[in-house]
Amino acid sequence: MNWRGIWAIYKFEMHRFRRTLWTGLAVPVITTSLYFIVFGAAIGSRMSEINGIDYGSFIVPGLMMLSLFTESIFNASFGIHMPRFTGTIYEILSAPLSAFETVLGYVGAAASKAMIVALVILATANLFVDVRVEHPLLMLMYLLLVAVTFCLFGFIVGIWAKGFEQLQVIPLLIVTPLTFLGGAFYSIDMLGEPWRSLTLFNPVVYLINGFRWTFFGTADVPVAISLAATFGFLLACLAGIGWIFRTGYRLKQ
Amino acid sequence: MSDPILSIRGLRKSYASGTEALKAVDLDIERGEIFALLGPNGAGKTTLINIVCGTVTPSGGTVLVDGKDWLRNYREARTRIGLVPQELTMDVFEPLISTVSFSRELFGRAPDRGKIERILRDLSLWDKRNQILKDLSGGMKRRVMIAKALAHEPDILFLDEPTAGVDVELRRDMWKLVRRLREDGTTIILTTHYIEEAEEMADRVGVINKGELILVEEKHALMEKLGRKVLHLHLAEPLSAVPPALAEWGPKLSDEGNTLVYEFDAKAERTGIPSLLSAMRDAGIAFKDLDTKQSSLEDIFVGLIHEQRDEQGSAAQ
Repeated sequence: MNWRGIWAIYKFEMHRFRRTLWTGLAVPVITTSLYFIVFGAAIGSRMSEINGIDYGSFIVPGLMMLSLFTESIFNASFGIHMPRFTGTIYEILSAPLSAFETVLGYVGAAASKAMIVALVILATANLFVDVRVEHPLLMLMYLLLVAVTFCLFGFIVGIWAKGFEQLQVIPLLIVTPLTFLGGAFYSIDMLGEPWRSLTLFNPVVYLINGFRWTFFGTADVPVAISLAATFGFLLACLAGIGWIFRTGYRLKQ
Repeated sequence: MSDPILSIRGLRKSYASGTEALKAVDLDIERGEIFALLGPNGAGKTTLINIVCGTVTPSGGTVLVDGKDWLRNYREARTRIGLVPQELTMDVFEPLISTVSFSRELFGRAPDRGKIERILRDLSLWDKRNQILKDLSGGMKRRVMIAKALAHEPDILFLDEPTAGVDVELRRDMWKLVRRLREDGTTIILTTHYIEEAEEMADRVGVINKGELILVEEKHALMEKLGRKVLHLHLAEPLSAVPPALAEWGPKLSDEGNTLVYEFDAKAERTGIPSLLSAMRDAGIAFKDLDTKQSSLEDIFVGLIHEQRDEQGSAAQ
């Protein structure tokens, strides 16, 4: 293993994050605060409890997931798209790094950033509502699992994208709508049929509910199915990346 | 040739569009030499380099780096190879020294400030080490690219058009640097379309055109070819054969005996022209006109390709 090479990529990517640290952290703090002012104070006070959980607390896992998805995809896709765009990718491709090591460097850094943002959101949420985390260790592991999965997905997006605007397409047009419709801010039990059954086809439902389970010990779908869905997506992304490096798709001519 | 450091066999590259960028290239690079790959734009120079360096996937063929397959032993091969690409591509918001240190670590070498300092000093970049790359001049950026390629101490260095768009003074500096690297034992492969550059630096020269390596020669032998001039003497009276008095110069007759053709080395101290002319006067052969022509690089390319086609044609028959 070329650990030094992996570390060099990781450091480089994290350095980019540090340069934009204040905007990088101010955005999730402000967004979270806005959500809590609107959903927590203005609307939440009129909402009944969901599964015995106060509405303000209920939306915390969903908010963290929403940011985790978009941050993961954005960081990872931007991280690999940038060297493709500027041409500095030549150095990565000519370095003694395996595909796995290259991905580890980029995805590791992107996932670290996304997790930091998610934890900042959790800390901010704590200022507004009382958040209890029933399984803190499992919560962190689930956070890591989802972050890595979406970073792998973002890596694929970054290689697929032909320009910077395409980097935005997947998060804005697919992930954000699926997250809003996937029970980030409500329990799917609150939906009437056929919407409830239709929602079960949305993969994001399983991710959010798995994460919510680590907070409250209850969720709309069994946690085992959530885990299986998350791992399924992870494997699909790994297969996609394996194919990219084997064929050189948009990496090498 | 014994024990080459790089041994390229049957290297091919065709793109999905059908263009054949490389057609089964065979080439050996000797340990410690400076090899110049010469050819017009689009000849396949960069493709060849990029395949060896791992940034382009070949359609076929193998490369042995010091006797080992460059894909199977890619870690060792790539650690030994440094690449300076043609374009100035860099992370423009990074400080100079970080980008060079990054390159070193990316290739798996332990951080070593002393080594980085030596490389930057050698390239007269040390004073600028804390500057952001976008603030550097074009010539400095070019040197930064070299510093990045040298940061992991490779012993095989590829320079793709190192002096394209570089002013005369900087070009001289670059030549000096390449020579110094060779003295330290680095094998250097550079591409260029300037014949003077190959003449100035290379030990051997390869000429590539349309994806085919059409000639590999010691520089001196090639320069002799390039330095050749042809004298045409348009005779007053046609000759049926070269008179014995002129046999010494070995001229040829063409244009149905109306023209006497004499090839000579324009760089030699004695071209043989005055003596030939006086021998002709003595033999009573008069001429109406004369001209000399130098074969340009372009002519040589064209000549070589024609030769190659003729050979292929006769082999097919």
